[in-house]
Amino acid sequence: MESILPLLGAGILEALQPVNLTMIVLGCAIGLLVGAMPGLGSVNGVAILLPITFLVPPTAAIIFLAAIYYGAMYGGAISSITLGIPGASTAVATVFDGRPLAQSGRADQALSAAAVASFIGGTISVVLFTLFAPPLAAFALKFGPPEEFALMVLAFATFIGLGGDDIPKTIFSILIGLVLASVGLDIISGQPRLIFGDISGFLHGVNFLVLAIGIYGIGEMLWTLETTRGKVVVHKVRMSFRDLLRNLADIKQYIGTTSLGSFLGYFVGTLPAAGATPASLMSYGLAKTFSKEPESFGKGNVSGVAAPEAANNAASTGSMLPMITLGIPGSPTTAILLGGMIIWGLRPGPLLFSEHPDFVWGLIGSLYIANLVTVLINLAFIPLFVKVLTLPFTILAPIIYILCIVGGYAPTQTMHDVWLMFLFGIAGYLLRKLNYPVAPAVLAIVLGPLAERSLRQSLLASQGDMFTFIERPISGVCILFALALMSYPVVRRFRKKRAARNGSAPDAEA
Amino acid sequence: MTVRTAELLMAVVCALCSVGLMIKSAELNIGWVEGRGPGAGAWPFWLSAGMLAVSLLTVYRWFGRVTAESRSTEPYLSRENLPVVGVSAGSILFLLVATHLIGIYAALFLFLMFYLKFVGRHSWPLTSVLMVALPVFIFCLFEWALKIPLPKSVTEPLFYPIYELMYS
Repeated sequence: MESILPLLGAGILEALQPVNLTMIVLGCAIGLLVGAMPGLGSVNGVAILLPITFLVPPTAAIIFLAAIYYGAMYGGAISSITLGIPGASTAVATVFDGRPLAQSGRADQALSAAAVASFIGGTISVVLFTLFAPPLAAFALKFGPPEEFALMVLAFATFIGLGGDDIPKTIFSILIGLVLASVGLDIISGQPRLIFGDISGFLHGVNFLVLAIGIYGIGEMLWTLETTRGKVVVHKVRMSFRDLLRNLADIKQYIGTTSLGSFLGYFVGTLPAAGATPASLMSYGLAKTFSKEPESFGKGNVSGVAAPEAANNAASTGSMLPMITLGIPGSPTTAILLGGMIIWGLRPGPLLFSEHPDFVWGLIGSLYIANLVTVLINLAFIPLFVKVLTLPFTILAPIIYILCIVGGYAPTQTMHDVWLMFLFGIAGYLLRKLNYPVAPAVLAIVLGPLAERSLRQSLLASQGDMFTFIERPISGVCILFALALMSYPVVRRFRKKRAARNGSAPDAEA
Repeated sequence: MTVRTAELLMAVVCALCSVGLMIKSAELNIGWVEGRGPGAGAWPFWLSAGMLAVSLLTVYRWFGRVTAESRSTEPYLSRENLPVVGVSAGSILFLLVATHLIGIYAALFLFLMFYLKFVGRHSWPLTSVLMVALPVFIFCLFEWALKIPLPKSVTEPLFYPIYELMYS
């Protein structure tokens, strides 16, 4: 602990540098807006705005993107409460009680509770992050290529086991992401690979941003246009300083369950595929279970807003833990952050702590500052954010499309990538309509090159012996967990079927 | 087309794409290369083989009506949604084609005019302001601040005076 404090102090000072502080404030404000807009979440904001961050140094850039991530988690509650539409899937549970509160004229109470709970969730998770990150990174230093590969298999297995989506479609999404990552020059022999139609644009590979912006920019906007058709009804929010103080006094109603939800959110958030959405739903369930008035949940209970908001904020910080320490992103947003870090020449993983301590501790310090900045901006400008939500979609949509097109062009400066991005956007939209999850593909395209390199290095070292992954203790445990996770849905289905058969047996006899 | 038909069609297309990727990967060595480990084509080949297997599994599940999509008789692209999505996708396509022909700034100008005036039915003053302000903002951000030149095609000479101002 004593060794962490000076590093954390230096990190906070780094985050307070004028350029970094500006990026935090800007990122939090943009994140709040992006998170508040229905259909847009942190992943869209980070994917679309990543190319713009080439303007500032790498540390400031990643701090900006992390602040967007942070702000978006706060912002999701605004649309859940005032529109009844979750700003992102992570704020779905906030609608359950947020909407009834807004309908009964207590939107200000719900918004204040969401902001305060997010702050509690953020604070607890950042402290946990600070405590867990250095030892985990130190442990991960023991990892060789087989452990790295096994860890990636584990990350993909969580999508299959815990993602809750159709399993064959989830596996397809993972595999297509990995195949797209293998386009270009082979990492070992240098041979051109999967160069379709001899188009030279494929020689530099498929940039992860092209897929991420295509899916989360164009595809998601088409999806949002279809589901909302740009028509939303906003509940009015009036909040004076006195209202704010009164609402802040409500904190004693939900502090207990919120703190519990924060711990839960953090640990669920560290698991790839699990992340903020299930964390917030679980936290909501927990708050309801421990409540003295469980029947009031769903009808406008402030704790029902606070619990999921604390958990989704905690989960967003949690998902950064495996990204920073192991190089395995815990969510699609952190996958894009990881890709961005690679662009800036920073390889996330255990060595980051020893090679770039300024960067790591600056980022951790920025999380503390971002948490404070976001709650202040949120509480101060709630009416303004609500006003922005009334912005017609026909103004917002073309602006986002333009940012996507220009953002897709900027990294490689070829129209080939922009066309590819457009195709991915359309394909992502069509696939999503058929319940193909798109997040695993984004995670896979980021991890693809690392996964292939570690697999080939491992096989080369073991002379093609696949058992190398099982024989080494750490990779063996990872593979075992991965197998357990992959078989979990099958076991669950089998148990469900058996329970249904046992349940229906008496009926049949009757 | 119903969601059920689309589910089958998509799985078949995915399976065909997988076969295509396997053939393309097999142009390289997909076996073991002495001293180098797995050949360059091995990784994408086996991944594509996995894609083919899960696509065929989706087809198999479609016959058994296992998934909600394989049972749904609702339209895949409904008549109410098709114009909204079609106009958006079509206008992006126009923006890309126009970027090749007349450069990105002129294309943005036309794209914004079409989207704001004819899709959004916003007033001319608002449309005009955004039609000019957004391309100017994009120019300042990318060309001036980030030093990333965007494609200008035949309109390139129009920017020479601005370049002179920027770089002199």
